[in-house]
Amino acid sequence: MKTILTGNHAVAYAVKLSRVKVVSAYPITPQTTIVEKIAEMIAKGEMDAEFVNVESEHSALSVVYGSALAGLRSFTATSSHGLLYMYEMCWWVSNSRLPLVMAVVTRTIGPPWNIHTDHTDLMTLRDSGWIIAMAENAQEALDLTIQSFKISESLNLPFAVGLDAFVVSHTAEVVDVPDQETVDEFLPERKQAYRVDPNDVFAVGNIADNLETMRMRREMALDMEKAKGVIDEVGREFGEIFGRRYGLVEEYMVDDAEYIVVMTGAWSGDAKEAVDILRKRGIQIGLLKLRYIRPFPREVIERFDDRKILVVDRSFSMGHRGTLGIEVGNVVDCKNVVAGLCGVDVGFEDFKEMFERFVRGELGEVEWWI
Amino acid sequence: MLKEGIILCLGGQGGVTAGRILALACVKDGLYAQAIPHFGAERRGALVKNYFRLSDKPIRRHSPAKRGDFVVVFAEKILNLIDVKEILKEDGLVILNSKRGLNGLKCYYVNASEIALRLNLVSAGWPIVNTAMVGAIARVLNLSLDSVLSAVEDTFGGRLEDINKKAVEIAYGEVKSWSG
Repeated sequence: MKTILTGNHAVAYAVKLSRVKVVSAYPITPQTTIVEKIAEMIAKGEMDAEFVNVESEHSALSVVYGSALAGLRSFTATSSHGLLYMYEMCWWVSNSRLPLVMAVVTRTIGPPWNIHTDHTDLMTLRDSGWIIAMAENAQEALDLTIQSFKISESLNLPFAVGLDAFVVSHTAEVVDVPDQETVDEFLPERKQAYRVDPNDVFAVGNIADNLETMRMRREMALDMEKAKGVIDEVGREFGEIFGRRYGLVEEYMVDDAEYIVVMTGAWSGDAKEAVDILRKRGIQIGLLKLRYIRPFPREVIERFDDRKILVVDRSFSMGHRGTLGIEVGNVVDCKNVVAGLCGVDVGFEDFKEMFERFVRGELGEVEWWI
Repeated sequence: MLKEGIILCLGGQGGVTAGRILALACVKDGLYAQAIPHFGAERRGALVKNYFRLSDKPIRRHSPAKRGDFVVVFAEKILNLIDVKEILKEDGLVILNSKRGLNGLKCYYVNASEIALRLNLVSAGWPIVNTAMVGAIARVLNLSLDSVLSAVEDTFGGRLEDINKKAVEIAYGEVKSWSG
């Protein structure tokens, strides 16, 4: 059914449709309306789940750590400083190989205090063993959330669904909300090989020998590689059922492109319009949207090593380059523009000018769009 | 057919809700729409900008519109805070809550404050003009009245539903083009 939803409410409905059993969260702008909506649906009896109120984000992730370990489908959500406050638990969850899903509404890290979008917060999860996806709009936020449980549970890796603060989280737009039966068909009840049970005691997170621990890390790394195939397979299956196909990346006019722009998140829609404008003038340009940051779609990017590549970043690694500029630059040569940090608006007019300068060869190695 | 609008209101006047009701009405009319509230350090009485898009195709852009095909002004006082011409496209139009329109611009006007007061749609001393303005905007954008009323039904319940539907209906009928 097509209706109007904000990105945050789209996530909340996806959580309901995914039959999540435990939700725990601490409010933080701009994430709050996700868990507010979930709490409302639980209170009205529309959703059969337990909502656990906690005093901090560290505790929120600790609660779902426990519930995921007990075999229940679990969800939390946060932003910016909230994510940083739960950072220790992020690693506990991934290193314990627990499947669960967290929505991260990307927000600038202060000071100065700022509630607007910036991807730096989400990028702090890069090394932790979380699968990281980024939605372009409310529809993708809903679709990725439903897929995330399936992907996370088949790999025993936690999954972070990113969506841009306000630009997606609070923008109301058209979303096709699938019906419960179809989602049930796509996403069956969670089953896992082991779970904590008071009648069948075993230890979790105990001290293990160093070599054994390193072996566990290697297994995790191998499963992260395996995740690439799982993501494409689940995205394809989702497409067959719901008519919207997903995968590690979205390729927009890249096949014959001489110039390719690589980016992630909500502003990709504006960038596609700029691509259209340049295409009309005969410039062979395309866009490669990274829907996933982890696992990193390295093999896809390698295919384009004979093209001229520009990476547009909404996060920056101090002392180096834009975060995606580093990542993509590790695979192919690229120019890097750092833009839209701290919620600075960047629209299709800006992208048009940026891409024109790129095509004319006017961009330096790292340019701040300011 | 992509139309972009900027809805200017004062914090507390309900501009965010207005955008969402309009967007829902567009869906009911088989269109695509997007309502983008601009959040900052708004508080009651401060100028709030909301962006609005409607189209017959899915909307890809998410950035705020720099200039609108239409600009909606919820209170005349806002005209002292911002130069509407600066955020209006060349052939753009203004929809104003007032007894009269603006000279030198393509302008539609409706006395939304009076409609709200007439219906006792008042909160903390202010007439709540958002649904009357929704009615006026919907008329100017050629949305169907039924879709807007149905969107109001989906948004409010009980007594609020009825008086807000009345506000929409009255403004939908009363909005006029200004030829000054």
